[in-house]
Amino acid sequence: MTEPVNYTDVQPGTRLPTRVFTVGRADLVRYAGASLDFNTIHWSERAARDAGLPNVIAHGALTMALALRALTDWAGDPAAVRDYRARFSKPVVVPDDGEPARVQVEAVVAEKLDSPRVRVSVTATCGADKVLVMPRVLVALKE
Amino acid sequence: MSLDQTFLGRVYPPTEPYAVGREKIREFADAIGDENPVYRDAEAAKALGHPDVIAPPTFLMLLTLKADGQVVFDERLGLDFSRVVHRGQRFSYQRPVRADDLLTVLVKVAQLDTVDGNDVVTLQDEIRGATGELVCTATTTFVARADEAGDERTAGGRP
Repeated sequence: MTEPVNYTDVQPGTRLPTRVFTVGRADLVRYAGASLDFNTIHWSERAARDAGLPNVIAHGALTMALALRALTDWAGDPAAVRDYRARFSKPVVVPDDGEPARVQVEAVVAEKLDSPRVRVSVTATCGADKVLVMPRVLVALKE
Repeated sequence: MSLDQTFLGRVYPPTEPYAVGREKIREFADAIGDENPVYRDAEAAKALGHPDVIAPPTFLMLLTLKADGQVVFDERLGLDFSRVVHRGQRFSYQRPVRADDLLTVLVKVAQLDTVDGNDVVTLQDEIRGATGELVCTATTTFVARADEAGDERTAGGRP
Protein backbone atom coordinates (compact mmCIF):
# COMPACT_ATOMS: atom_id res chain seq x y z
CA MET A 1 0.00 0.00 0.00
CA THR A 2 1.28 3.45 -0.85
CA GLU A 3 0.82 6.47 1.37
CA PRO A 4 -2.75 7.82 1.27
CA VAL A 5 -3.22 11.03 -0.60
CA ASN A 6 -4.23 14.25 1.16
CA TYR A 7 -6.92 16.72 0.09
CA THR A 8 -4.32 19.46 -0.20
CA ASP A 9 -2.23 17.32 -2.58
CA VAL A 10 -4.82 17.10 -5.35
CA GLN A 11 -6.18 19.51 -7.93
CA PRO A 12 -8.80 19.21 -10.63
CA GLY A 13 -7.03 17.22 -13.33
CA THR A 14 -4.90 15.20 -10.90
CA ARG A 15 -4.69 11.70 -12.36
CA LEU A 16 -4.85 8.63 -10.19
CA PRO A 17 -2.46 5.81 -11.04
CA THR A 18 -3.78 3.83 -14.01
CA ARG A 19 -4.60 0.27 -13.03
CA VAL A 20 -4.91 -2.86 -15.12
CA PHE A 21 -6.77 -5.86 -13.74
CA THR A 22 -7.06 -9.28 -15.34
CA VAL A 23 -10.31 -11.23 -15.28
CA GLY A 24 -10.31 -14.92 -16.19
CA ARG A 25 -12.92 -17.63 -15.93
CA ALA A 26 -11.64 -18.76 -12.54
CA ASP A 27 -12.10 -15.21 -11.27
CA LEU A 28 -15.73 -15.26 -12.40
CA VAL A 29 -16.36 -18.57 -10.66
CA ARG A 30 -14.78 -17.30 -7.48
CA TYR A 31 -16.75 -14.05 -7.61
CA ALA A 32 -19.99 -15.93 -8.28
CA GLY A 33 -19.41 -18.00 -5.16
CA ALA A 34 -18.49 -15.05 -2.97
CA SER A 35 -21.28 -12.78 -4.19
CA LEU A 36 -23.92 -15.53 -4.58
CA ASP A 37 -24.61 -14.25 -8.08
CA PHE A 38 -24.91 -17.50 -10.02
CA ASN A 39 -26.43 -16.08 -13.18
CA THR A 40 -25.52 -18.60 -15.87
CA ILE A 41 -24.28 -15.93 -18.32
CA HIS A 42 -21.25 -15.55 -16.03
CA TRP A 43 -20.05 -19.14 -16.34
CA SER A 44 -21.88 -21.00 -19.12
CA GLU A 45 -20.93 -20.19 -22.69
CA ARG A 46 -24.14 -21.86 -23.91
CA ALA A 47 -26.33 -19.75 -21.63
CA ALA A 48 -24.46 -16.59 -22.60
CA ARG A 49 -24.93 -17.24 -26.31
CA ASP A 50 -28.59 -18.12 -25.78
CA ALA A 51 -29.00 -14.70 -24.16
CA GLY A 52 -27.50 -13.09 -27.25
CA LEU A 53 -24.06 -12.41 -25.79
CA PRO A 54 -20.81 -13.17 -27.64
CA ASN A 55 -19.51 -15.35 -24.80
CA VAL A 56 -19.46 -15.54 -21.00
CA ILE A 57 -19.33 -12.04 -19.50
CA ALA A 58 -18.03 -10.74 -16.18
CA HIS A 59 -20.43 -9.62 -13.46
CA GLY A 60 -20.96 -5.87 -13.72
CA ALA A 61 -20.45 -5.65 -9.98
CA LEU A 62 -17.05 -7.33 -10.30
CA THR A 63 -15.94 -4.76 -12.86
CA MET A 64 -17.25 -2.07 -10.52
CA ALA A 65 -15.31 -3.55 -7.60
CA LEU A 66 -12.10 -3.50 -9.66
CA ALA A 67 -12.68 0.08 -10.76
CA LEU A 68 -13.15 1.11 -7.15
CA ARG A 69 -9.82 -0.46 -6.24
CA ALA A 70 -8.16 2.37 -8.14
CA LEU A 71 -9.84 4.75 -5.71
CA THR A 72 -9.64 2.88 -2.42
CA ASP A 73 -5.92 2.16 -2.84
CA TRP A 74 -5.37 5.83 -3.68
CA ALA A 75 -7.41 7.21 -0.79
CA GLY A 76 -5.92 4.72 1.68
CA ASP A 77 -9.21 3.97 3.42
CA PRO A 78 -11.99 2.22 1.47
CA ALA A 79 -14.53 4.08 3.62
CA ALA A 80 -13.35 7.27 1.93
CA VAL A 81 -15.58 6.34 -1.02
CA ARG A 82 -18.93 7.89 -0.08
CA ASP A 83 -21.10 7.88 -3.17
CA TYR A 84 -20.91 6.61 -6.72
CA ARG A 85 -23.10 5.60 -9.57
CA ALA A 86 -21.85 3.18 -12.15
CA ARG A 87 -23.17 2.62 -15.62
CA PHE A 88 -22.31 -0.69 -17.24
CA SER A 89 -22.04 0.44 -20.82
CA LYS A 90 -20.63 -2.73 -22.43
CA PRO A 91 -19.88 -6.22 -21.17
CA VAL A 92 -16.45 -7.53 -20.26
CA VAL A 93 -16.32 -10.67 -22.40
CA VAL A 94 -14.31 -13.52 -20.89
CA PRO A 95 -13.69 -16.35 -23.37
CA ASP A 96 -12.19 -19.60 -22.08
CA ASP A 97 -9.06 -19.32 -24.22
CA GLY A 98 -6.43 -19.14 -21.51
CA GLU A 99 -6.08 -15.39 -21.93
CA PRO A 100 -7.82 -13.37 -19.22
CA ALA A 101 -9.66 -10.18 -20.15
CA ARG A 102 -7.78 -7.02 -19.23
CA VAL A 103 -9.72 -4.20 -17.60
CA GLN A 104 -7.94 -0.87 -17.54
CA VAL A 105 -9.09 1.75 -15.05
CA GLU A 106 -8.42 5.47 -15.49
CA ALA A 107 -9.48 8.00 -12.91
CA VAL A 108 -9.04 11.74 -12.61
CA VAL A 109 -9.99 14.33 -10.00
CA ALA A 110 -12.78 16.29 -11.65
CA GLU A 111 -13.57 18.77 -8.92
CA LYS A 112 -12.60 19.74 -5.40
CA LEU A 113 -15.63 20.06 -3.16
CA ASP A 114 -15.78 21.31 0.42
CA SER A 115 -12.81 19.85 2.29
CA PRO A 116 -12.09 16.98 2.43
CA ARG A 117 -14.27 15.77 -0.43
CA VAL A 118 -13.35 15.52 -4.08
CA ARG A 119 -15.26 14.31 -7.11
CA VAL A 120 -13.45 11.73 -9.18
CA SER A 121 -14.39 10.59 -12.67
CA VAL A 122 -13.64 6.95 -13.46
CA THR A 123 -13.65 5.03 -16.74
CA ALA A 124 -12.93 1.34 -17.24
CA THR A 125 -12.08 -0.06 -20.65
CA CYS A 126 -11.59 -3.56 -22.01
CA GLY A 127 -9.84 -3.58 -25.35
CA ALA A 128 -11.54 -0.88 -27.42
CA ASP A 129 -14.73 -0.97 -25.34
CA LYS A 130 -15.65 1.44 -22.59
CA VAL A 131 -17.20 -1.06 -20.17
CA LEU A 132 -17.99 1.10 -17.16
CA VAL A 133 -18.28 4.78 -16.38
CA MET A 134 -18.51 6.38 -12.94
CA PRO A 135 -18.49 10.10 -13.67
CA ARG A 136 -19.19 11.21 -10.13
CA VAL A 137 -17.49 9.34 -7.32
CA LEU A 138 -17.38 11.32 -4.08
CA VAL A 139 -14.24 10.58 -2.08
CA ALA A 140 -13.43 12.05 1.32
CA LEU A 141 -9.65 12.36 1.54
CA LYS A 142 -7.42 12.99 4.52
CA GLU A 143 -7.37 16.67 5.41
CA MET B 1 -43.66 -7.16 -22.71
CA SER B 2 -45.01 -4.31 -20.69
CA LEU B 3 -44.54 -3.87 -16.98
CA ASP B 4 -47.41 -3.81 -14.50
CA GLN B 5 -47.43 -0.14 -13.52
CA THR B 6 -49.26 -0.90 -10.26
CA PHE B 7 -45.83 -2.00 -8.92
CA LEU B 8 -44.60 1.59 -9.10
CA GLY B 9 -44.01 3.03 -5.63
CA ARG B 10 -44.50 -0.33 -3.96
CA VAL B 11 -42.48 -0.77 -0.78
CA TYR B 12 -41.58 -4.27 0.42
CA PRO B 13 -41.26 -5.33 4.05
CA PRO B 14 -37.69 -5.21 5.39
CA THR B 15 -35.70 -8.38 4.71
CA GLU B 16 -34.64 -10.76 7.47
CA PRO B 17 -31.49 -9.39 9.15
CA TYR B 18 -28.24 -10.40 7.43
CA ALA B 19 -25.36 -11.04 9.84
CA VAL B 20 -22.13 -9.76 8.32
CA GLY B 21 -19.40 -12.32 9.03
CA ARG B 22 -15.72 -11.47 9.04
CA GLU B 23 -14.88 -14.60 7.06
CA LYS B 24 -17.48 -13.63 4.46
CA ILE B 25 -15.84 -10.21 4.18
CA ARG B 26 -12.45 -11.90 3.71
CA GLU B 27 -13.89 -14.26 1.09
CA PHE B 28 -15.47 -11.36 -0.79
CA ALA B 29 -12.26 -9.31 -0.67
CA ASP B 30 -10.33 -12.36 -1.97
CA ALA B 31 -12.84 -12.71 -4.82
CA ILE B 32 -12.23 -9.14 -5.98
CA GLY B 33 -8.48 -9.60 -5.52
CA ASP B 34 -8.22 -6.87 -2.91
CA GLU B 35 -5.51 -7.49 -0.34
CA ASN B 36 -6.23 -4.42 1.78
CA PRO B 37 -5.69 -5.44 5.44
CA VAL B 38 -8.62 -3.24 6.56
CA TYR B 39 -10.89 -6.06 5.34
CA ARG B 40 -9.10 -8.74 7.37
CA ASP B 41 -7.25 -7.35 10.33
CA ALA B 42 -9.13 -5.52 13.11
CA GLU B 43 -5.94 -3.73 14.16
CA ALA B 44 -5.41 -2.38 10.64
CA ALA B 45 -9.02 -1.21 10.63
CA LYS B 46 -8.63 0.47 14.02
CA ALA B 47 -5.56 2.28 12.77
CA LEU B 48 -7.89 3.99 10.28
CA GLY B 49 -10.43 4.80 12.98
CA HIS B 50 -12.86 1.92 12.39
CA PRO B 51 -14.10 -0.11 15.37
CA ASP B 52 -13.63 -3.39 13.48
CA VAL B 53 -12.86 -4.74 10.01
CA ILE B 54 -14.95 -3.16 7.27
CA ALA B 55 -16.32 -4.64 4.06
CA PRO B 56 -15.39 -3.57 0.53
CA PRO B 57 -17.71 -0.91 -0.92
CA THR B 58 -19.46 -3.36 -3.26
CA PHE B 59 -20.05 -6.00 -0.56
CA LEU B 60 -23.63 -4.77 -0.25
CA MET B 61 -24.40 -6.27 -3.67
CA LEU B 62 -24.76 -9.53 -1.75
CA LEU B 63 -27.75 -8.10 0.09
CA THR B 64 -29.31 -5.85 -2.52
CA LEU B 65 -29.39 -8.41 -5.35
CA LYS B 66 -31.18 -10.88 -3.11
CA ALA B 67 -33.62 -8.27 -1.81
CA ASP B 68 -34.30 -6.97 -5.32
CA GLY B 69 -35.25 -10.51 -6.33
CA GLN B 70 -38.52 -10.00 -4.46
CA VAL B 71 -39.49 -7.61 -7.24
CA VAL B 72 -37.76 -8.72 -10.40
CA PHE B 73 -38.64 -12.41 -9.98
CA ASP B 74 -42.31 -11.65 -9.29
CA GLU B 75 -44.01 -12.91 -12.45
CA ARG B 76 -46.81 -10.40 -12.02
CA LEU B 77 -44.37 -7.56 -12.73
CA GLY B 78 -43.98 -8.89 -16.28
CA LEU B 79 -40.20 -8.62 -16.59
CA ASP B 80 -38.62 -11.13 -18.99
CA PHE B 81 -35.81 -12.22 -16.74
CA SER B 82 -34.04 -14.29 -19.38
CA ARG B 83 -33.10 -10.99 -21.04
CA VAL B 84 -32.25 -8.96 -17.96
CA VAL B 85 -28.90 -7.30 -17.46
CA HIS B 86 -27.60 -5.01 -14.74
CA ARG B 87 -27.42 -1.54 -16.27
CA GLY B 88 -26.60 0.79 -13.45
CA GLN B 89 -25.78 0.87 -9.77
CA ARG B 90 -25.53 3.62 -7.21
CA PHE B 91 -24.38 3.35 -3.62
CA SER B 92 -24.53 6.24 -1.20
CA TYR B 93 -22.96 5.40 2.16
CA GLN B 94 -23.60 6.82 5.59
CA ARG B 95 -20.92 4.57 7.02
CA PRO B 96 -18.99 1.47 5.93
CA VAL B 97 -20.36 -2.02 6.55
CA ARG B 98 -18.56 -3.73 9.42
CA ALA B 99 -18.11 -7.25 10.71
CA ASP B 100 -21.01 -8.25 13.01
CA ASP B 101 -23.40 -5.76 11.45
CA LEU B 102 -27.01 -6.97 11.32
CA LEU B 103 -28.41 -5.44 8.15
CA THR B 104 -31.92 -5.27 6.72
CA VAL B 105 -32.91 -4.10 3.26
CA LEU B 106 -36.09 -2.24 2.42
CA VAL B 107 -36.88 -2.25 -1.28
CA LYS B 108 -38.95 0.36 -3.09
CA VAL B 109 -39.94 0.28 -6.75
CA ALA B 110 -38.68 3.71 -7.81
CA GLN B 111 -39.17 3.72 -11.58
CA LEU B 112 -40.72 1.59 -14.32
CA ASP B 113 -40.05 2.65 -17.90
CA THR B 114 -39.96 1.37 -21.41
CA VAL B 115 -37.09 2.83 -23.44
CA ASP B 116 -36.70 1.81 -27.09
CA GLY B 117 -38.72 -1.31 -26.38
CA ASN B 118 -36.54 -2.27 -23.40
CA ASP B 119 -38.21 -2.60 -20.01
CA VAL B 120 -36.29 -0.67 -17.38
CA VAL B 121 -36.80 -1.28 -13.65
CA THR B 122 -35.18 0.97 -11.06
CA LEU B 123 -35.23 -0.11 -7.42
CA GLN B 124 -34.18 1.89 -4.42
CA ASP B 125 -32.94 0.00 -1.39
CA GLU B 126 -32.41 1.29 2.14
CA ILE B 127 -29.87 -0.72 4.07
CA ARG B 128 -30.19 -0.25 7.82
CA GLY B 129 -28.23 -1.49 10.81
CA ALA B 130 -29.36 -3.19 14.01
CA THR B 131 -30.59 0.01 15.64
CA GLY B 132 -32.40 1.11 12.51
CA GLU B 133 -29.67 3.55 11.50
CA LEU B 134 -29.26 4.15 7.78
CA VAL B 135 -26.06 2.56 6.49
CA CYS B 136 -26.48 3.01 2.76
CA THR B 137 -28.98 3.71 0.03
CA ALA B 138 -28.60 1.71 -3.14
CA THR B 139 -30.22 2.29 -6.50
CA THR B 140 -30.16 -0.54 -9.00
CA THR B 141 -31.28 -0.40 -12.62
CA PHE B 142 -32.15 -3.58 -14.46
CA VAL B 143 -32.95 -3.68 -18.15
CA ALA B 144 -34.75 -6.43 -20.00
CA ARG B 145 -33.38 -6.00 -23.49
CA ALA B 146 -35.76 -6.21 -26.37
CA ASP B 147 -34.76 -8.96 -28.80
CA GLU B 148 -31.68 -8.15 -30.84
CA ALA B 149 -30.74 -5.17 -28.72
CA GLY B 150 -27.70 -3.25 -29.81
CA ASP B 151 -24.57 -2.29 -27.93
CA GLU B 152 -26.10 -1.57 -24.57
CA ARG B 153 -26.22 -5.11 -23.30
CA THR B 154 -24.10 -5.57 -20.24
CA ALA B 155 -23.17 -7.66 -17.26
CA GLY B 156 -24.57 -8.48 -13.89
CA GLY B 157 -28.00 -10.01 -14.40
CA ARG B 158 -29.47 -12.45 -11.95
CA PRO B 159 -30.03 -16.16 -12.25
